[in-house]
Amino acid sequence: MSSYLELTARQRIPAMFDAGSFEEFLPPSKRIASPHLAQLDAPVSYDDGVVVGRGLLGGHIVFGAAQEGAFMGGAVGEVHGAKLVGMLRRAIDEGAHAVLLLLESGGVRLHEANAGLIAVSEVMRAMLDVRAAGIPVVAVVGGANGCFGGMGIAARCANTVIMSEEGRLAMSGPEVIETANGVEEFDSRDRALVWRTTGGKHRYLLGDCQLLVADDTAAFRAAALEAIAALGAGAVGLTLEGLLAEQAMLARRLHDAEGVSEPMEIWRRLGVPDPARVPMLEADAFLTLAAQHRAGLPSDAAHTGEQ
Amino acid sequence: METLHFKFGAGERPLTGAAQMVGVVGSGNLEVLIEAAPLGGACEIDVHTAAVGFGAIWGAVMEDFHARWRLADARISINDNGATPAVVSLRLDQAVESLLGPATGGTP
Amino acid sequence: MDWQTLATQLFPGGHAIVERDNFLSGSAQVDGATVDVIGTSGHVPIGIEIALAQATAILETVQAHPGRPILILVDTQGQRLRHRDEMLGINSYMAHLGKCVDLARRQGHTVIGLVYDQALSGGFITSGLIASACYALPQATIRVMGLPAMARITKVPEERLTELAQDNPVFAPGPENYLRMGGLHGIWERDLAQELVRALADCPHEDRRMALGQERGGRLLAQPVAAAVRTGSDVRPA
Repeated sequence: MSSYLELTARQRIPAMFDAGSFEEFLPPSKRIASPHLAQLDAPVSYDDGVVVGRGLLGGHIVFGAAQEGAFMGGAVGEVHGAKLVGMLRRAIDEGAHAVLLLLESGGVRLHEANAGLIAVSEVMRAMLDVRAAGIPVVAVVGGANGCFGGMGIAARCANTVIMSEEGRLAMSGPEVIETANGVEEFDSRDRALVWRTTGGKHRYLLGDCQLLVADDTAAFRAAALEAIAALGAGAVGLTLEGLLAEQAMLARRLHDAEGVSEPMEIWRRLGVPDPARVPMLEADAFLTLAAQHRAGLPSDAAHTGEQ
Repeated sequence: METLHFKFGAGERPLTGAAQMVGVVGSGNLEVLIEAAPLGGACEIDVHTAAVGFGAIWGAVMEDFHARWRLADARISINDNGATPAVVSLRLDQAVESLLGPATGGTP
Repeated sequence: MDWQTLATQLFPGGHAIVERDNFLSGSAQVDGATVDVIGTSGHVPIGIEIALAQATAILETVQAHPGRPILILVDTQGQRLRHRDEMLGINSYMAHLGKCVDLARRQGHTVIGLVYDQALSGGFITSGLIASACYALPQATIRVMGLPAMARITKVPEERLTELAQDNPVFAPGPENYLRMGGLHGIWERDLAQELVRALADCPHEDRRMALGQERGGRLLAQPVAAAVRTGSDVRPA
């Protein structure tokens, strides 16, 4: 077992792609860094916190990106966002087999404010353009910083989201919520609550994550291969039918959560026996239990991802 | 932010292969970009650091580094976010080993 | 400007827009044609209910009125900051709204966003910013986050951020900065009804915001970097 969580973005790329196959676009030797960080006395990185490029995955040409959570929280600035958009557009130009996004991000890079906000929306549109071109997009969320903010939204623009239990996928971080509305609203130091609210197991039970794996690079790689293979068979672009199904799922979720403020109650209402045990279960035991009760779309059953 | 330049002449060990990068610019950490460059045998190192006023310590670390490796025709660029001298030395060694050591899979 | 005054100016031909819990929906007449309208009012925070309501209205338009233009009126203080919204996956509700807008666009609906008061961050990303083109009124405020919260999170002193927010396009909240950076297609100063007619007629299909940002001088690296990555060449700044 080799932890995915503990790897840097640069180490995750060769762990996910076929050995020796990845070619980086606009590598750090080009020294293209953020033009906005100096005015805030913040150091730059020569890859602006994201590796983008193209490699082989199971022998197929797959374009990909890996965000570096340790640099500015993996947040998206002007250059970072532009690298992602350029890679996504090139994936369409070259008829990629799939796009694989290893996401770890706080969302918009506050140090670049307006530029970061526009950049994140451009990434989202480009991801949807890739899908409209018939190319599946798979998002992996398994880093220590989670996937938040605008990137938490972008992740759910992918066909399939793969997470580990350790991963977190959400919009606003617990600290932001606690600062805005108090510790009673969300105690950011209650780690168990944070993971019940935003972690991989909860998202999997809710239907926002289609594949859950142990924190192991081999498991993540296998899941990516599985997700891409399953998506190859069907439509990967947005369809009215697909979005109507997703809308029904989201409406049902809202309705079924009437009066609920604790995630374990959601799991209980899904039919999960002894919800308090869920956080303790190992990956395989959890998946067996979840299979019978998790919410999601009909297409999830075959792991074909969703809208 | 502070920028420092170091140049060491008369190196002995040239580099081969594509540029490599090690480390990340996180708190207490740094990234080191290392590449071969035609510098008349010299090793040039530029440092961009968030920790201001430690020029003498950086100098000592670089002297030790050059004494250890004596690289020729090498350019090293560092983006630092407050790493300790020990971590800096470690990353520099990792950077050199990434080029002189066994081949790794793919271009970083 | 309140939404009723806005609607009167935008739609001299009349409108049937209603507001319920700060969610706007309905239709309006523009230059003899019907336009569907959704939006928010009262600087409301966008929670899962309003995100879903907007998405539902979009798909109703797609099903019932093929080809009909859609106008998104934006006035929000950003995403709602509550544990419950996060628990239920507000990121998914927002993404779903964005995907519905994107589907509408691909099905031939012209989608225009108009920030008429406030637009913050998460409340804006999958509404105005995913429309085919987004506009704003001159007095609108568009920003990522309030300065005190930004100072807390970035550890940059609030005084420094305030200083930068005066005239630095990256931090200043005015629509002029978003226009310069390519985020907005225009600012509607006078005849709002005429501006809307023009916007509906002249709507881009592709996302050209990076190129606009470079042309207008507000975002100089995004377009060259994206182009360099896309073509495998070097970055050629403007």
